[in-house]
This record gives sequence, structure tokens and C-alpha cells, in this order.
Amino acid sequence: MKHRLRLNSLKITAQRVQSKMHFQSMMVNIPLAWGLLFILVPSLLMLKISFSHCRLGLPPFTSLTQQIDSFFFNISIYVGNYVALISDSFYFSVVLTSFLLAAACTVACLIIGYAMAYGISRAPKRLHIVLVLLIVLPFATSFLVRVYAWMSLLNTHGVINTLLLNLGIISEPLHLLDNNYAVCIGMVYCYLPFMILPIYAALEKIDRTYIEASFDLGASKWQSFWSITFPISTPGVLAGCSLVFVPSLGEFVIPELMGGARTMTIGQTIWCEFFNNRDWPLACAMAVLMMFCFAFYIILSRILPNFTKTGV
Amino acid sequence: MPLPSMKRDIEPWQDPNAEPYIQIESISKKYAFIEAVRNVSLSIYKGELFSLLGGSGCGKSSLLRVLAGFETPTSGRVIIDGVDITDLPPYERPVNMMFQSYALFPHMTVYQNIAYGLKQESLPKNVIHEKVMESLDLIQLSSYADRKPEELSGGQKQRVALARSLVKRPKLLLLDEPLTALDKRLREQTQFELVNIQERVGITFILVTHDQEEAMTMSTRMAIMEEGRIRQVGSPHNVYEFPNSRFVAEFIGSMNIFDGVVIEDEFDHVLIDSPGANCLIHATHAGATPVGSNVSVAIRPEKVMMSQTPPAGTRNCTKGVVKEIAYLGDISVYYVELPSGVRVQSSLPNLLRLSERNVTWDDEVYLFWRAENGILLMT
Repeated sequence: MKHRLRLNSLKITAQRVQSKMHFQSMMVNIPLAWGLLFILVPSLLMLKISFSHCRLGLPPFTSLTQQIDSFFFNISIYVGNYVALISDSFYFSVVLTSFLLAAACTVACLIIGYAMAYGISRAPKRLHIVLVLLIVLPFATSFLVRVYAWMSLLNTHGVINTLLLNLGIISEPLHLLDNNYAVCIGMVYCYLPFMILPIYAALEKIDRTYIEASFDLGASKWQSFWSITFPISTPGVLAGCSLVFVPSLGEFVIPELMGGARTMTIGQTIWCEFFNNRDWPLACAMAVLMMFCFAFYIILSRILPNFTKTGV
Repeated sequence: MPLPSMKRDIEPWQDPNAEPYIQIESISKKYAFIEAVRNVSLSIYKGELFSLLGGSGCGKSSLLRVLAGFETPTSGRVIIDGVDITDLPPYERPVNMMFQSYALFPHMTVYQNIAYGLKQESLPKNVIHEKVMESLDLIQLSSYADRKPEELSGGQKQRVALARSLVKRPKLLLLDEPLTALDKRLREQTQFELVNIQERVGITFILVTHDQEEAMTMSTRMAIMEEGRIRQVGSPHNVYEFPNSRFVAEFIGSMNIFDGVVIEDEFDHVLIDSPGANCLIHATHAGATPVGSNVSVAIRPEKVMMSQTPPAGTRNCTKGVVKEIAYLGDISVYYVELPSGVRVQSSLPNLLRLSERNVTWDDEVYLFWRAENGILLMT
């Protein structure tokens, strides 16, 4: 009798453990299913289209498979789209422009964002939440509204030009909008919070006694910052740089609205190929290339910190 | 390589001609709402291991932070080796600190941590290397040079923190609860290790602790602090045997205290009538205690003797019933209740095994002590 009771209780605990594991595996599987359905499947479709020919009609691309009879079919892979991307210097200049803009935006965000994050982390504790809220607050308004706000500031007849003209500092309006600088300003403004928040999180966690210990061992404020605070905050810096660099590389809206006619980024080119030229295969090939670039960047950013760790 | 050694039995504070190495002159530190340190003055001699002992919030850590330069005192001065350092920033003081949390830099190896202070002095690389290896040798962690702090045990971290703060050979080393983070067994070992290292390097240590055992084992002298003030300064022996106030008497170790009135004040003894003790207490003189003044007599539990037969004489002898016995292994503490309701502790070494002990609960026993073991305290 006693034996059976024990067995029963064992069964119950086993069931409990099983149901708990069930729940845990569900929690893992849901995001996995989401990723497969909405990220992997569209990406594979894109990959497929990138190997096809462009044609007039619906869909605007040829099929990869050609039925011969009920059992056999031909698969033809066309790599001409990729060849075009690599051989045409126009696409190279597009990628270069996008990279330079994204890099400039990331560097500017890093400098401004680090200073702001440092300022917040050194402010009295009760002010932290208020300051972080102020950083995040602009996100409550629409992204487009914020871009248009910047446009109205930088316009030829915008707030800045009107002010400078009325003050008599300039005699004719400055050309502030529709160039790469304007794109940079717009992107820095929009992506700055993504830089500030991870750096703030990293700085906030640093134990004050590390700083005190470095002072105690003879480091001045400047030396202490570069030898203790900054190295300990590098995970936040790397996270912030990724969060800014990746979306600004593929950014479409800001260069479209604030950039000049000559500013052509990857995002704009893909849009252009899709909707103006109706060349879906080429657009897909470009998107695939960009995805590989990101994958390369992510792998690199995973490996690099390990190198610096062992290198020092 | 030979290091200078200090003899511990030298007591410079007894020598009126000795020049104090560190002078803390009426330091006060006020925060917005509290006065953490109130008018503290101390003279500490070269090579001492001086402890600041007190409960939490007694101001000992604030005083330490003032010495390190992390806090500016509201008033007062700190002089080390004849130089006034009150207004110097922490990085210009000949003072190093070992933090309670050790504060080892997590992104640096053990070697880099120890070399950090030397690098700030921009010494040549080979000199730094030599000094770092020497201190790694001192703490016996030479093979751990390339480890990160997270890969070390608590005791190893503690030693690295010690090496890092000693490698610059400061004139004064401050230790903030250096052993609190270690477990009991390791703490006891480390106490002696710390004292040995201190003797070898010959640097003056000021140690903050709330653990009286730690302070008593390690220090040459200690200061008992309460509410920002220093209540007593002296060698561990002195503070334990001759506490100057009821607070110190009760803070260090355990104590039986009887309140009473002086009824006889002779040149060689004082006689106190204590209703609590149910007897007349005969004690040696300690300052002015005129007849009729209220005093307390404090007696350490280990100095209260116990027997089941009446001892000779009637003074310093009382009778009670054993109410509680705390068996601590090496000693047993007997809680004896007197007819007045006062409970007296008497601790006796367990020379015999428990089963062979003859005094047990509810036994009537006599308690007695020698006149010179009673400490007279003014109330």
C-alpha cells in the first residue's frame, strides 16, 4: 500500500515536471514558429525570385521550374541579377553611400549618445527615470511626423533660415535640406535613443567603487574614465552601435524625404527597382545581398569582442 | 627578498616622546540630516594596525572615507607624516584603500589589476613587472596572474585586493571590513595572514570592522566608536579589561553589571551596596567615588566563579539558581538567577565531558569573584 502511494506521488511529480517542460518548450517554440513563418519563408521566397528572369505580366518574374512531363521538371537558375549588381558601378556607389551614411550616423550617435547616457547615469538616482522617459518620449509621435518636423526646420523657407535671415546673419537662405548632411541629421535624431538606452544600461550597472578604487590607486578623472568606465561599458556601446548601424543602413524614408536627388541608398534603390522598374528579381537580389551584409556584420561583432578580450 | 619586520610588542603610544605618524585632528563630517563623525581626534603611530570598531552607522566608514579622500570633512585636519592631506584629492594621497567589495576591475586580469596603480605613476614597464611579481609572491598567487577576478575564489579575491592596495607602498592602508565577505574558517586564517603581511611590509593599517573578535585578534590598538564619537582608545587587552564606560563594557564581550551605591570609600578599596547582587561588593578604586554616589560594577562572565559549597567570606559572593545552561563546546555559560531577579552569567571551561558535569538546571549555586576583577563604572 505504502509502496503504491509513493509510486503515485512519483507519477504526479513526473506529470508536473512534464507539463512544466511542455510549457517551457511552448514558450520557446512560439517565437521559433513566428520566425519561420514571417522571416524565413519570405526570405526564401526572395531568394527564389532573385534567381529568376524579369518579365512583363503577373507575376513579374519567370518560374524557376519548368514542367517537362508529369515526373520530371527542369530547374533553371539565373545569376544574371547578381552579376549585374556586382558589375554595375552604380550599385557599388549606392552601397558605398549607404555604408558611409550609416557609419557617419553611428559615429555621431555614439559620441552624442555616450555623453548623454553618461550624464543620465551620473544624475541623482530619482531623476534617472524622468531623463530616460524624456529620451523615449519623442517615440510617442509618428516617425513620419518627426521627419517632417525636421524638414520644416531645415527648409529653404524653414524655421532656421527664417531666423538667420531675420537676424541678418545671412543674406540668402542656406541650402540645408536635400543633401547627405540632412540625411545624417535626420537619422541621428531618429536612432539616438537606440544608442543611449543600451549605453545607459551598461553605465548604470557599473559599481561606483570601481571608480573610487581607480581614484584611490592614483588615476585622475580622465584616466579613470578611459581605463575603467569606458572598457566596462563596451557591451552597451557594441549593442548601441548595432542597433543604430543596422537600421540606418537599410533606411528608406529619411533619405527619400530629406536627401537630395543624387542621394541614392540601398533602401531607395530596392524601392526603385521594385516599383519604378518593376524588376523584382534584381530588387530581390539586392535585398539578399544586404541580408548577407548584415549577417556578416553580426558575426563580425560577435567575434571582435572576443578578440579584444584575449588581445589586451 | 628580506622585508622590514616590525616588532609587535613595541608600544609607541606609551612613549611620551614618540611622534605620531598619522594625526587626525577634530574631524567632523555632517551630511544633510546626520552628523556621521563628531569631533574625532586620533594619533596613530608608524607600523600600527589600528582598528575602528563599532556597530553599523557609528561613523567608522565615514571616517575611513574622509581619510581616503572620498569625502571632505566638514571641519578638522588629517596629517600624515607631517603633511596636511585634508584638501588633497584621493589620487594624490599617499593612502590606499582596500574596499569591502574588493572592487577588483572585472575587465582586467589579476596582473593588470595589481599593475594599475603603478601604471598611473608612469613607471617603466620592467619596474612595474618586478613589483607586481613581488606582490603576487607575497600573496602566493603567482600562478594566477592571468586569471580574471570572476575566476577567483573569495579568499583569492581578498588577497588580490590586498596586493593591489599594497603594491604602491602607501604610507597608510585603509581596510574597509576586509574579511566580512569570507566565511568563518577562512576569516580566522586570513586574520593572521593579514597581520603577517602587515608586519612584513611595515605599512600602517587602519581597519574598519564591526566584528570585535577580528579587531581584538589583529589590532595593536582599537577605537570603539558610537554615534560618530570615539568612546575609548586602547590595546585590545586594555579595552577588554578596563572599559571606561558602560557602553564599552557591554559592547566588547559580555558583561554582568550590578548597579549600587558607594557606602565606603577607602584609599585601597570601595564598598558598594548593590540590592541587585544581594551582597556587598568589594572593588578596587577607579577615580573619585564619594560615599553615596551611584556606580555600576561590571564583572566578566569568565571571572565569575561558581561552586555548590559556600566559599570563604561574604563579600563578592551571592547565591542563585541555575536557570539556563548554554553549552558552547569549549565553555559553558550558566545563567544564574539571583533572588532579586537579576540574571548573572558565569562561563566555565568544559574540562569534563557533559555527562560528568555536576551542576545542572535548578541547582542552587554560589557565585563569587575577586575584588580586583570588578570594574567600577560611574553612572
